[in-house]
Amino acid sequence: MTDIDDLYRDVILDHFRNPRNHGRVTDPQISVEGVNPFCGDQIQLTAKVQEGRILDICVEGKGCSISQSSASMMTEALKGRTLARSQELVGQFKRMMLGNASGEDLPEELEDLAALEGVKKYPVRVKCALLAWNTVLEGISEFEKNGTSVVKQHTEE
Amino acid sequence: MPQNGLKKEPLDVQKIRKDFPILSRKVHGQPLVYLDNAATTQKPLPLICALTTYYQLNNANVHRGVHTLSEEATAQMEEARGKVAKFIGAEDPATVIFTRNTTESINLVAFSWARKNLKEGDEILLTEMEHHSNLVPWQLAAKAVGAKLRFIPVTGHEGLLDLSQVSKLLTDKTKLVAITHMSNALGTINPVKELAKAAHAAGALILVDGAQSVPHLPVRVKDLDCDFLAFSAHKMLGPTGVGVLWARREILEAMDPFLGGGDMISQVWKDHATWNELPYKFEAGTPNITGAIAFGVAIDYLEEIGMEKIRAHEMELAGYALTALKDNFPRMVLYGPADVALRGGVVSFNLPGVHPHDVGTIVDQDGVAIRVGHHCCQVLMKKFDIAGTARASFYIYNEPREVDALIRSLQKVERLFKAPASLPVP
Repeated sequence: MTDIDDLYRDVILDHFRNPRNHGRVTDPQISVEGVNPFCGDQIQLTAKVQEGRILDICVEGKGCSISQSSASMMTEALKGRTLARSQELVGQFKRMMLGNASGEDLPEELEDLAALEGVKKYPVRVKCALLAWNTVLEGISEFEKNGTSVVKQHTEE
Repeated sequence: MPQNGLKKEPLDVQKIRKDFPILSRKVHGQPLVYLDNAATTQKPLPLICALTTYYQLNNANVHRGVHTLSEEATAQMEEARGKVAKFIGAEDPATVIFTRNTTESINLVAFSWARKNLKEGDEILLTEMEHHSNLVPWQLAAKAVGAKLRFIPVTGHEGLLDLSQVSKLLTDKTKLVAITHMSNALGTINPVKELAKAAHAAGALILVDGAQSVPHLPVRVKDLDCDFLAFSAHKMLGPTGVGVLWARREILEAMDPFLGGGDMISQVWKDHATWNELPYKFEAGTPNITGAIAFGVAIDYLEEIGMEKIRAHEMELAGYALTALKDNFPRMVLYGPADVALRGGVVSFNLPGVHPHDVGTIVDQDGVAIRVGHHCCQVLMKKFDIAGTARASFYIYNEPREVDALIRSLQKVERLFKAPASLPVP
């Protein structure tokens, strides 16, 4: 497999073409706009939260295949999870992208996300993969602080 | 625009390429295809040698020492200034001010001229295709004095200025027209000579952002009849960290200094100082001496080839690239004028359904260096409602076969993004 095929795996291109949980949830408790000013990637993340659990989560936005497929896969991974577990999963994904953890270290819930490990070879693109995850993390922590609905903006730095 | 260069014999690209050691390196195991010249150009051996020779044999500070090395350094730097003046058709080398880059040159005018000469209600006329460096300094200056910014619209993907709006936009409130000579995002060459005439008739001055034009076209300040011209050395074979502001002498004389410090003063007392003569009034502190001297060598190199020949070479490459892209990618969106006489060697495009950053990453794997993104022209990108474009830009050492390499690589992009069934299973 060439480096490029490794980066643009079928599962990534599939999520890019057919994003899952696309759109917005109605009456969201969490609503965060995530932007990456470097490349103009932008997502609007909305989530319905009840009793500490993400009942529904949607993303819409525009950007490169890496940012949009990563967001789509994230919604699949977090839907139905508790906020605490979601935060753990975000942490595990980030450890793969930024640290020494490999795709094989990912828990079952994040299995498909191992496809994004190839992005690590392209340092400028890692931010694209992280955008949705940092956006949801910001939404969750703000929600936990306030306990009520949050509307926020997250800028990837 | 001189076009008679087309008839002359073409550039000896193979001979030129031998002067650029970087062109023989490989990227990801592939020969480098460098098509990002609008960002910065590569450097020829004579320039690289000039940099090392200076540090080996001549290094000293300028305008201060009475010792031999200092006098030599001063003479070399002033010789370079003379070359720059001659290159842009300026009679008086003292009107050539060395800065760090185009951005600093424009900021110098925004601080030292605009803040003094503009008042509340005055207007600065820009265009929708300006680089942030010819927009943000005016936003800051306008905010400081209460002036307004107005914009000549861009017509559409064709990327031409809607000149029918100029008579309406250019009024007695307009004090400055600041306009790019050649768009870094579209390649459009703007009719600055006509705009200079219109600006002067309205009582306004005109600043020309020449960052993309001075390296690629014959540019003469007298011919354009502009008041300010800003450009950078690194986009024309020169080193980074050297820019130029040229302005008419009487304007520079009336301006206050930009930065204070050594070299820009005549006499200093505890509470005040008087200013040095031009151009030193605007060159505070030790300048980029080596850079300026090496820039002179880059200019020699360009003059030896001839700017009209360079323009003709790039027109040919742009025409070849536009045709090849249209033929191979019928769905591709191309930005900028279709007529190569109206554009420089810059070709901006998008493949539907593919983000420019994905394009950039994939072609880089084939050793092809292009720029992707908003090209510091977010106003234009917002107008087109796009995140950015992919941009190939040419210079003296580029050849049609490099356009072919780009096309082959873009075909890979299309295959990857269009036909998932053909992809190997990960």
